[in-house]
Amino acid sequence: MTTMPASVPTAVGEALTRIEGRLKVTGQARYAAEFPAPGLAYGWIVPARIARGRVRAIDIDAALALPGVLAVLHHGNAPRLTDAGDATLLVLQDDAVPHWGWPVALVVATTSEQARAAAERIHVTYDEEPHDVVFSAEHAGTYIPDHVNPAQETSTVLGDVDAALAAADVVVDATYSTPNEHNSPMEPHSATARWADGRLEVIDSNQGAFAVRQSLATLFSLDPSAVHVRSEHVGGGFGAKGTARPHVVLAAMAATVLQRPVRVTLTRQQMFSLVGYRTPTVQRVRVGADASGRLTALDHLAYSQTSRVLEFTEQTAIYARVMYAAGALRTDHRVVALDVPTPRWMRAPGEAPGSFAVESALDELAEQCGIDPVELRARNEPDVEPATGRPFSSRNLRTCFTEGARRFGWAGRDARPGVRRDGRWLLGTGTAAATYPARVTPSTATATAEADGLFTIRITASDIGTGARTALTQIAADALRVPLERVRVLIGDSDFGQAQLAGGSLGTGSWGFAITEACRALRTELDGGATVPPDGLTARADTAERVQALPALSRHSYGAQFAEVAVDLSSGEVRVRRMVGIFAVGRVVNPLTARSQLVGGMTMGLSMALHEEAILDPVFGDVVNHDLAGYHVATNADVPPIEVDWVDDADDVIPTGTKGLGEIGIVGAAAAIANAVWHATGARHRDLPIRPDRVLFS
Amino acid sequence: MERATAATITLTVNGVAHSLDIDHRTTLLDALRERLDLTGTKKGCDHGQCGACTVLVEGRRADSCLLLAVAVAGKAVTTIEGIGGAAAGEALHPVQQAFLDHDGYQCGYCTPGQICSAVAVLDEHAAGWPSAVTGDVGAEEIVLDEPEIRERMSGNLCRCGAYVSIVAAVADAAGAQS
Amino acid sequence: MREFGYDRATDVAGAIALLGADPHAHYLGGGTNLVDLMKLGVEAPTRLVDVSRLPLAGIEVLPDGGLRIGSTASNSDIAAHPDVRRRFPAVAQAVLAGASGQLRNVATAGGNLLQRTRCPYFTDVTKPCNKRVPGTGCPARDGEHHNHAILGASVQCIATHPSDFAVGLVALDARVTVQESDGPREIPLEEFYRPVGSTPERETVLGPGALITGIVLPGLPIAARSRYRKVRERASYAFAIGSIAAALHVTDGTVTEVRIALGAVASRPWRARAAERVLLGAPVGADAFADAADAELAAAQPLRDNAYKVPLMRNLIVTMLSELAEAPGR
Repeated sequence: MTTMPASVPTAVGEALTRIEGRLKVTGQARYAAEFPAPGLAYGWIVPARIARGRVRAIDIDAALALPGVLAVLHHGNAPRLTDAGDATLLVLQDDAVPHWGWPVALVVATTSEQARAAAERIHVTYDEEPHDVVFSAEHAGTYIPDHVNPAQETSTVLGDVDAALAAADVVVDATYSTPNEHNSPMEPHSATARWADGRLEVIDSNQGAFAVRQSLATLFSLDPSAVHVRSEHVGGGFGAKGTARPHVVLAAMAATVLQRPVRVTLTRQQMFSLVGYRTPTVQRVRVGADASGRLTALDHLAYSQTSRVLEFTEQTAIYARVMYAAGALRTDHRVVALDVPTPRWMRAPGEAPGSFAVESALDELAEQCGIDPVELRARNEPDVEPATGRPFSSRNLRTCFTEGARRFGWAGRDARPGVRRDGRWLLGTGTAAATYPARVTPSTATATAEADGLFTIRITASDIGTGARTALTQIAADALRVPLERVRVLIGDSDFGQAQLAGGSLGTGSWGFAITEACRALRTELDGGATVPPDGLTARADTAERVQALPALSRHSYGAQFAEVAVDLSSGEVRVRRMVGIFAVGRVVNPLTARSQLVGGMTMGLSMALHEEAILDPVFGDVVNHDLAGYHVATNADVPPIEVDWVDDADDVIPTGTKGLGEIGIVGAAAAIANAVWHATGARHRDLPIRPDRVLFS
Repeated sequence: MERATAATITLTVNGVAHSLDIDHRTTLLDALRERLDLTGTKKGCDHGQCGACTVLVEGRRADSCLLLAVAVAGKAVTTIEGIGGAAAGEALHPVQQAFLDHDGYQCGYCTPGQICSAVAVLDEHAAGWPSAVTGDVGAEEIVLDEPEIRERMSGNLCRCGAYVSIVAAVADAAGAQS
Repeated sequence: MREFGYDRATDVAGAIALLGADPHAHYLGGGTNLVDLMKLGVEAPTRLVDVSRLPLAGIEVLPDGGLRIGSTASNSDIAAHPDVRRRFPAVAQAVLAGASGQLRNVATAGGNLLQRTRCPYFTDVTKPCNKRVPGTGCPARDGEHHNHAILGASVQCIATHPSDFAVGLVALDARVTVQESDGPREIPLEEFYRPVGSTPERETVLGPGALITGIVLPGLPIAARSRYRKVRERASYAFAIGSIAAALHVTDGTVTEVRIALGAVASRPWRARAAERVLLGAPVGADAFADAADAELAAAQPLRDNAYKVPLMRNLIVTMLSELAEAPGR
């Protein structure tokens, strides 16, 4: 074997362009719907057009008579499924319609044009029942959930909040709301399923091929080894592809019935009812402080909705559990089950809406106390995690604010609202803090020394645009102590074994942990003189035990968000003129892609602040603006220069020293913008998005 | 009245003429993706609301999801595969290189549409076309500054939020071209 | 989408003959709205007569200094045309404010005028809609209507016309030239769209089989100082929630000529005649502008969620007129 040079340049920390970059800019990267298959048939979902009730009859004769139509699956003829712990996947199993858009049939035809035309011809009659789709904090069905997503305490109580509020010099008591927001990745969910050599072969658009494999195996009562899920390139997810979604179940069902390859791709419209979204929230925040702005009480109560299919309670109020040293702290959740699609994860579930409320309330407190918002936050820095008393692994929020304020030019800011003007625009600046948990979960990986001197890493990671493929290659190269060019990382294949899905900012840390372990084990073997056989020498790692043994620290990323806005009170238009975000995110593996992640999160936060809102029709129970013309996400013209950087944040609890980058950018961004709108106009916007009509009437 | 619902057409894509028996309902986008295996052109919304399917038709950018293939017959279509770099070793178009260098993409799904659009934006600017943010719509010289790039690229949604880098990439490519 | 026949017309007479031969045929221009609606099932023609390659794409200067815009001219070509930009800036600005660069390259002038409302109930065939299926009702009135009409609507329909281009045109007295089976016809754009009344499904005065051949902009000197402004819920690539096209001429402190049209407030581009009447002969100034806006909006019938459009349009009228009054060269 060859001896490694004593010093190999370290790949971690290098600003490398994406390994798959050339494939992406040339259109050669294939996404789930883009693999040809001989005999491919196309499935088209027939969605329910009532919000609650039962299917009385489905007339499929006209559809079956159309050219090219191969089958129509519905609850009367579809294969039976076994519950895999997610009732949103139990499609075509009975006549119940739990919400508008629920699949009531799947048409399969030899072309997508034929399938779509046939779907239009399927006549469904319903026994409609009165539905309940309107969310409010006053809803009579509101209840206290057993836990909040994913398995966190519903409530935490520290001290006597009510007594502390009664005794406070200054009190802010305000209610905030955020609407239904939809992840809306650019690539619609798609799956192509076929049976080959006794295995269900699936190419799917998801954030975790292993989890999808496990679900399919259970649903179809198959041995997990008989299911193979691949997802090499994924066109965004933001949580909407976190686990299996109905399209992949339907594709597998049809491929099984027809014994030929079947592709099911959701339409953009169908995505508004079948893949999850961020629940609307109503949040009451009460903050008590002494005259110097030191918090004596912080009370955060969050209301959200779930469906009648599956309980999902967004962890909106957990934000306050880690952020500020309040004397008394209470966080709590309420949820109501409605006849609506099931809300699921959307980028920074919990922290994104929760930070909007808490960081807006802090701005209101700063206003009332006459204290600079940056200084107010500095005065309330905790020594330990407030809700648990756990020590922080590292907490560099103050540094973020200091550096952010310097970059933004915050010093000397005139705190008075509504006094700066540029033509028809009123100008203002705002700030907010951000945090997101830095967790890791057990994962497995293999590292193989190939006979030709190259190294192959296999892990069921997913690169949904995060740059995971590139970052993991950098991590592997350093762990192997070889140049980057000698390492190939293969991802998105369930045959590579269990691994964390791409979500919750868990990816790089969890995958990097397993890869580091596998690479170090391989390095040790090679350094010990092991020879590489012709089919390679493989080391495998499973971090389950190591993860279990990690110290019980409060481990979070932090950030300071700054925004400048312009508001035209005569038209209601709000434009963000610039943003600065400074973050403490542990070690940064790849500055180029890290910056993109953080800027991307802030961009989605801008979109959340000003644009995004799914409008529910109370009569029909559906999202009225169920497309990208109606559901507005930020366009290029909405997004100003965004400056992002990070501060030193050494934290070597896990081998990669990383904390995750996927969510932190969106946290606090909407609050910073809303606070800037107050500074510009003197009007406090507690309801998102800050629409022109709301500005006009403020 | 007898009416045919399919036709044999010639679709010229990236300089290659393809004879296709095509259902009149088939869009240019579906013809490219499902019939010609040119999957670089993406389907994001299928209704002209996102720009992921942007191609060039007779050199002008268009959303291929709203064009019927039968109506495009005889016109020259350029897809991302015809912009550059599709074959191993083939040079990238300067716009592609700029997207790569500036990390003007993340998941990559909107990227071919963004790049086709950017190529056309440079041509439109060179032709003196104004935009909605052009101060004097009658002006003969229009500087392709960042606000102009943002507006002109706004027909291409990017949910990953890569706009800041996309603007940098387009500005870079524009500078290199001029 | 059901199967359909397809013919490509090579001349105007042939197009009209092809359309007349099939009672459920539809002209296809750029298709940016029609193909969208066909995918949604809102339109289900049995035959498309493709008129996009008819020799009607020219834009020419007329002897009176006006312009004739061919009906198949693309939106992009209109906005890029030097004479449109310099002599009818509101028209160029309105076109550029619409859709995206990709869509403007394909969408035609004629198709822009004939595009359908984006009311979410009209575009969803599972919902009632008096415009799509007469007599089924209007869920928008009690449902989602935050971007619906405040002027000229009826109990049957409160949908708005989505065009920006048409707002610029109607402010500047544009006329639509049409070929019908019995010959050519020219229709002022202001009269081209029918009042909603009890027949929201009948949107224009076009007869069966009529083909728009062009748009005539008369040679108005005031047009060279016209402007268009659009307000929407994001900075680009969105339909208006309110827009205005206007031109103003002041002589010795008195308004001697004024043209105002409003967008996103009615089933058609809304010529603000009441406002114009107040302004003509009035001393120029903020008071007159406010009076004019109030006069136009006196007839507004806002609903629960679109009442903001009244102050929005009032502010747009006053701001636009103030800017025009202060602009150099008026």
